[in-house]
Amino acid sequence: MAKKPDARPNVSKDDLLKYYREMLLIRRFEEKAGQLYGMGLIGGFCHLYIGQEAVVVGLEAATKEGDKRVTSYRDHGHMLACGMDPKGVMAELTGRIGGYSKGKGGSMHMFSKEKHFYGGHGIVGAQVPLGAGLAFADKYLGNDNVTFTYFGDGAANQGQVYETYNMAELWQLPVIFVIENNGYAMGTSVKRSTKSTTYFGRGLAYGIPGEQVDGMDVLAVKAAGEKAIAHCRAGNGPYILEMMTYRYRGHSMSDPAKYRTREEVEKIKTEKDCIEHVRDLLTQGGLASDEELKAIDKEIKAIVNESAEFAKESPEPDLSELWTDITV
Amino acid sequence: MATEILMPALSPTMEEGTLAKWLVKEGDTVKSGQILAEIETDKATMEFEAVDEGVVGKILVAEGTAGVKVNTPIAVLVEEGETVSDAPAPAAVAAVAVAAEVPVASPAVVAAPASAPVAAKGWPHSDLPEGPTKTMTVREALREAMAEEMRADPTVFLMGEEVGEYQGAYKISQGLLDEFGPRRVVDTPITEMGFAGIGVGASWGGLKPIVEFMTFNFSMQAMDHIINSAAKTLYMSGGQMGSPMVFRGPNGAAARVGAQHSQDFAAWYAAIPGMRVCMPYSAADAKGLLKTAIRDPNPVVFLENEILYGRSFEVPTDPDFTVPFGKASILRAGSDVTIVSFGIGCAHALAAAEVLAKEGIEAEVVNLRTLRPIDYDTVLASVMKTNRCVTVEEGFPVGSIGDHIASTIMQRAFDHLDAPVITCTGKDVPMPYAANLEKFALITPAEVVTAVKSVCYR
Repeated sequence: MAKKPDARPNVSKDDLLKYYREMLLIRRFEEKAGQLYGMGLIGGFCHLYIGQEAVVVGLEAATKEGDKRVTSYRDHGHMLACGMDPKGVMAELTGRIGGYSKGKGGSMHMFSKEKHFYGGHGIVGAQVPLGAGLAFADKYLGNDNVTFTYFGDGAANQGQVYETYNMAELWQLPVIFVIENNGYAMGTSVKRSTKSTTYFGRGLAYGIPGEQVDGMDVLAVKAAGEKAIAHCRAGNGPYILEMMTYRYRGHSMSDPAKYRTREEVEKIKTEKDCIEHVRDLLTQGGLASDEELKAIDKEIKAIVNESAEFAKESPEPDLSELWTDITV
Repeated sequence: MATEILMPALSPTMEEGTLAKWLVKEGDTVKSGQILAEIETDKATMEFEAVDEGVVGKILVAEGTAGVKVNTPIAVLVEEGETVSDAPAPAAVAAVAVAAEVPVASPAVVAAPASAPVAAKGWPHSDLPEGPTKTMTVREALREAMAEEMRADPTVFLMGEEVGEYQGAYKISQGLLDEFGPRRVVDTPITEMGFAGIGVGASWGGLKPIVEFMTFNFSMQAMDHIINSAAKTLYMSGGQMGSPMVFRGPNGAAARVGAQHSQDFAAWYAAIPGMRVCMPYSAADAKGLLKTAIRDPNPVVFLENEILYGRSFEVPTDPDFTVPFGKASILRAGSDVTIVSFGIGCAHALAAAEVLAKEGIEAEVVNLRTLRPIDYDTVLASVMKTNRCVTVEEGFPVGSIGDHIASTIMQRAFDHLDAPVITCTGKDVPMPYAANLEKFALITPAEVVTAVKSVCYR
């Protein structure tokens, strides 16, 4: 994991405040989702992104309009980071008509064609060829869009990932494979999953360059994202980014987390937290006052509360919705 | 000692072929392994090598001859100094006789010569619109449908194993690479799950992929993407985005390829909401349904049949001809019993109907054409008229399409039935390799005849 960052990296105050705001939105949103789950307002599986916020916020900061993204079931952070409305996301979690999928998708299955967010996939690893397919379409259509295909260290052992690496390089597809290595595939640690723990290097057999990135440092993530995007947009084919990150909460809401110690989690929270990192950059560098940051905290809290209210008040889908959207 | 060289079987389904070119002439000395001739099969043009050494004594079948049956003597090989007259003449007659027996021994329709217009002629296609037609094979019809749709819509492309440079493992995509280039006719590595997923992703990205499975047996590797990724996304996205694409390829038993390569997935795929499932019988079905499938905004599973690829049928020449989904056709009108089938099952049903007609039983043969949606109305109307029903399919008996049809008839036309519906299916066994066992495992016209007589109490 990363060292403490320099006190004054080459980044503007506005950018730092933007990252702070976006990461904080994800964290507060997820905390609220956990709360609503405990109240029985959210059902089924609910996988929280808390701890990993720097990955999506850093990478989204490197994208342009037209770029696409697709991910696994731990998807709330990705949706907020690409600009989807927190109200629509939260209402989908509560299974209401105001949700992005009219309540028919749920936490794991949400899409926004407008924001080029292609899900939300519940089958571990399935999003990897799907993302390459989105990139295939962009290459076929002759534009310079890039697709971010996110998956975890658990999915990284699925066979279809390597089928996809092979074809993505063979056809020089503009796809960035982002492995969010949070150390645990559900309850199985990386070391108990594989002897080959350097996931970023697994593309080399197919000719795909890759690098490992401190996924708790939003600036490092953004820099790596820019490098990967430049590689893809220049027509050089795919790129692999392994983001070293950590999830603070369990795999899902029902995870007792017996596979790791409380001390391990606390140590990361204390030493590596991605939001505290940016907060330190802002305050220690004299770029923002505590009051300024508190105002942002308040603003974010209001947005999240508003989304929760909307998600509670939005009605359940009409029973007729059972029979719609099956075929066109 | 003279040796006869026999027309070889160069594919599992080949029963005859064209002797395209001789590469040796009479009097030439040949070594084992030397290429003797080029032979065109139902799938490709193949080189035919000598097994024995000797001198080409006589060429019995001239190059350019089409329809040469497997096991027909095509040349005589003699030893140095020998002449052809030394060859035992009766042997050639015997070989021909053996070859001629093969179709008789097999189920009549299944073993019919690949290029002969067997099933189509003599039965009216009530579904064909007025207007001129031309005779073409199912293979040509599929190719024409893809080519026409690719010309009309630049976002349509074909991907799969051997679709391009090889010209298609079953020659369905022959010539498409030449016309459309490698951007639109994409050869994939052997990686069904991966390229099926890439195809689904491409459909979300604005393209209309045709994903070819070399056979649907291999689609099991890709089933997660067909069902979980393609079929469910429209619903899971609240109607925002679906998967406009086609998964196509041969399905069901071919001939002598054993358990892992002989399986009908019709009932499996038809069980899944969010998809269309087509299973054409004739060339007109194939062309009209495939064009509809490519234009359809939903994921379509398009189940072809290798045995049918070489069969010829009449197809409308109207460039706008298509076959709508959810509309069955009546292949043969009749008043005594309804036989409901689809795909190659229709060939068995029609063959049975011929036999039954001679015994005074007039069967109405309904070709479902699409299994999702199913045209219940046509089936029910026919059953309400005939009061008896037999279903015919190649798939396994448990949870078959026939089961579903029988259940629907029971629920919606019970009072019209004069006998229980009988479902004719393949046997409940993995497909055996041995020729006699394979024949026994498949549904045959004879079994259909027996079932019909049973529901007619005859």
